[in-house]
Amino acid sequence: MSHGFEIVWEHSDRLVAGLVNTVVLSLLGAVLALMFGCVVAMMLMASNRVLALATQGVVDLMRCVPFLMLVYLVYYGLPQFGIDFDNWTAGLAALVLYNTAYMAEILRGIWKNLPRETIEAATAFGFQGRRLYTRIIFPQVFLAAGPMVGNQLIQIIKDTAFLTIIAVPELTQAASGIQAQYFVPFAAFIVAIFIYWALCALVEAGTFAVERLAEVRR
Amino acid sequence: MTWNAFLSLLDGAGLTLLISGAGILIGVPLGFALALIRWARVPVLAPIAAVYVSLLRSTPAVTLCLLIFFAVPTLGIEIGAWTAGILTLALVTAAFNSEIWRAGLLNFPADQLEAARAFGMPAGLRLRRIIFPQLWRVSLPGLVNEATLLIKASPAIAVIGVAEITRAATRIGAQTYEPLPPMLAATGLYVAIILVLVGLQRFVEKRYGRIGAQA
Repeated sequence: MSHGFEIVWEHSDRLVAGLVNTVVLSLLGAVLALMFGCVVAMMLMASNRVLALATQGVVDLMRCVPFLMLVYLVYYGLPQFGIDFDNWTAGLAALVLYNTAYMAEILRGIWKNLPRETIEAATAFGFQGRRLYTRIIFPQVFLAAGPMVGNQLIQIIKDTAFLTIIAVPELTQAASGIQAQYFVPFAAFIVAIFIYWALCALVEAGTFAVERLAEVRR
Repeated sequence: MTWNAFLSLLDGAGLTLLISGAGILIGVPLGFALALIRWARVPVLAPIAAVYVSLLRSTPAVTLCLLIFFAVPTLGIEIGAWTAGILTLALVTAAFNSEIWRAGLLNFPADQLEAARAFGMPAGLRLRRIIFPQLWRVSLPGLVNEATLLIKASPAIAVIGVAEITRAATRIGAQTYEPLPPMLAATGLYVAIILVLVGLQRFVEKRYGRIGAQA
């Protein structure tokens, strides 16, 4: 069994390359999903009832779909509409599309429970339109959303493992490759699992730091 | 997509429900055992349970499934794809379930336990007669919620060739060279299953959620 770990160590460059892809996909996916999530959250909170209800329907539907199904729909579906891209981009697109719904729901939940007073005070001071969002609403929402966004980032990291099925060269794919070539299943996948663990621990530590910052700012 | 193809998707749905159901049936009691071990601070076992929960909560189901399917046979134990799938889902969901049970145990009113102890109830009887009847009501909404998450994670076992919904859909897509219709039908099946579970969760919360909370 220790022999297996030696082989994995010899090919650690492949794991590192996979890890880099996992990290880049997760972070890029989370940041883009958060940005789009803001827009969708604004639609969810819109005073236009039809727009709000229609958006809520799409968000709820998205949250009922397993991530892998969405990956397949993007991977096989979009080329039929003439949008062609490689596996990596398809994976990222699926990550962003899927998590936009979750991020929007997180932001909306916090936004809804925001104290009315700050917003009323802001409008009384003449804040409106874009400045009301960028200066008053979103700073409060983002600070309070820290822990939940952190949880979602952990979910995103775990979801990237599904992308191995459409052959995106991420961490699980790298471990699979080493395992298939040298038949060291135990060592290859255990090492991958411990790397995922470390990544998630890192995110948890980061979330904790944001929480502390939010406490100070309160 | 033909009628026969749709039937094989339905077969896949049956398999998804069967394997996820088996995973839940094993994972819920296993999670309870883990929570009890940590709650009672059993020496040696409690830290192991804590590490297990932390590790499994950050492990992708796909990676765990590959590990079990390929590594267990190297220990000389034969394991089929179905068994590996059930084991994967059970081990993952047990970690999340244990956190739900543990939250209930940690919030359990201490005065009731002290009263039971004052009446001379042994630990087993306290657990069976005092704690559990209230605990399962508090934990049920969380457990049903975790079951929905498990169904959404269950396509992970398609990776080792279990012919559940996702696998059935990709197979039909590969045969007909038209992947989109079976994928959309499969998505519809998942949405239906999850909507039923969400409805069940709302019902459960209404029916049982409050009773335990007030006790």
